[in-house]
Amino acid sequence: MNNMTAKISGASVMGVPEKVRYKSPTARGRLPALIIFLPPALLLFTLFVILPMGEAAWYSFYRWNGYGTPTEFVGIRNFEVLFNNAAFSTALINNGLIIVVSLLLQVPLAIWLAVMLGKKIRGVVAFRLIFFLPYVLADVAAGLIWRFVYDGDYGLFAAIAGFLGVATPYVLADRDLAIYAVLAVVIWKYFGFHMMLFIAGLQSIDKSVMEAAEIDGATGWQKFRYVTLPLLGSTVRLSVFFAIIGSLQLFDLIMPLTGGGPSNSTQTMVTFLYTYGVTRMQVGLGSAVGVVLFVICVTIAFGYKRIFMRND
Amino acid sequence: MTDTSSTVRVSTATRLYVYVSLSLVAAIVLVPLVTTALGGFKTLGDLRLNPFGLPSEWVWSNYVDILFGERYWRQMMNSLIIACVTVFLTLVVSSMAAFCFAHIRFFGSNQLLNYFLIGLMFPAATAILPLFIRIRDLGLLDSYWGVILPQVAFGLGMSILLFRNYFRNLPEELFQAAFVDGCGYIRFFWYISLPLSRPIVATVGIVTFVSSWNSYILPLIMLNTESKYPWPLGIMVYRGEFGTDWQLVLAFITLTILPTIIVFFLAQKHIIAGLTAGAVKS
Repeated sequence: MNNMTAKISGASVMGVPEKVRYKSPTARGRLPALIIFLPPALLLFTLFVILPMGEAAWYSFYRWNGYGTPTEFVGIRNFEVLFNNAAFSTALINNGLIIVVSLLLQVPLAIWLAVMLGKKIRGVVAFRLIFFLPYVLADVAAGLIWRFVYDGDYGLFAAIAGFLGVATPYVLADRDLAIYAVLAVVIWKYFGFHMMLFIAGLQSIDKSVMEAAEIDGATGWQKFRYVTLPLLGSTVRLSVFFAIIGSLQLFDLIMPLTGGGPSNSTQTMVTFLYTYGVTRMQVGLGSAVGVVLFVICVTIAFGYKRIFMRND
Repeated sequence: MTDTSSTVRVSTATRLYVYVSLSLVAAIVLVPLVTTALGGFKTLGDLRLNPFGLPSEWVWSNYVDILFGERYWRQMMNSLIIACVTVFLTLVVSSMAAFCFAHIRFFGSNQLLNYFLIGLMFPAATAILPLFIRIRDLGLLDSYWGVILPQVAFGLGMSILLFRNYFRNLPEELFQAAFVDGCGYIRFFWYISLPLSRPIVATVGIVTFVSSWNSYILPLIMLNTESKYPWPLGIMVYRGEFGTDWQLVLAFITLTILPTIIVFFLAQKHIIAGLTAGAVKS
């Protein structure tokens, strides 16, 4: 993992700028290799990734229940419905909230832990393992576990409230609190992954820089503030990038916790797509959500890399 | 890393501060997991009075009933089949395509590679409705293939990229030597590229397996017979059925995540490296 950050710049998400290396012309079997090796990938990818995406764009202009062929053209009506829908606005706000919380809480937490785990103290390696554990668990399992934790009758929150002698909170049933409860689980589940990014980022910092700072008499905090932090810039941007991507596809964790409720207060774009598009078989509306999601994803993939990660 | 570089010994105060802070965070991570596992050993009444502590009386029947029932094993088996086939197909299909992009220059090769990389930009959820309709029209609804094929397809972008970069970094001399000896591309791929690519096969394999093992939205939409459900779907059905019998639900959750936890601790180095490198390099 030491050379991880070095490789980030090599392959970008979007493009492959380097030229394919020209191989020895004496090699035999160029055409058979192409004919055997390429079509399976091409077929699968076109059939199950590109065509469905194109179809989503097409269906989004129709009102359709998914049977026969779409005939009822409604223009941009689906998009109008979408942007006038209060639940969809909540979903967009929630997706944004997850990104903000990641930036304000998850990144500092991950850096703090990564710095501590970098110290030469016995036993810290075990902590690294524990912190990464939630990340490998399935979102559904994590969601159900936290549903138990938050449960007002049998869960840990009930016991804590009982111990403190206050009224039992039903956080997941509270319209104002539920989203924060979900955010806490998101951080619980993903901070270990971000911490790993920062551990790798810290390892790639040149030791001589730190030694120079020490010779100049920098204190621990000064070393962190003026040497470590600026050199972690690219890792911060990477970490936020993953948080954005993760936020945009958040679904598995929400379903067992709240299913998007109560009264749509914890919807995300994908749970909205599922609730209103899939379960009601409103193909047009669901596809319109897909198109919005696609446009946001592509804009971020190109824009974020171009604006924030151009030097990385 | 602030202090690793220095030869100065870490002071006792720092040490104490680090241990206390790390333990606190570890407690937040572990308490939900441990109380879940312990909850499976309690009666519902015990759970209500005492969700944190050890069971006042160890009830083994919650776990035993699940382990001797057919349901748990069937779900594990379904997940295993889907994940293994997904991994196998992903490795075969993406390594072959990546080999072409790494070593053969052909008309439009860069454009074609960029075409595959579009797949990195959006999640499967984006196109889930048209995907459902396509799978239905192909007659693959409610079959493992209806889950496997889209999973493979959506993993191709990243896998092809990882394989291609790895193949390109293999030493050039291998090629020259092989080609002088009259070796063609296909044999070169089979006898030289693949055997030398174990690390990247492991990375792609781990990332693909974990995401398939944990996947929820695709099976949720493509499968509707309960006997075919992989465990993330099965566990939701179980929870729906047993509602507030939390002790049973907790036992079931514990047993379903147990394989993940065991494998994680056995192969932690590979898994952590694979999952972070897989994400970062793509």
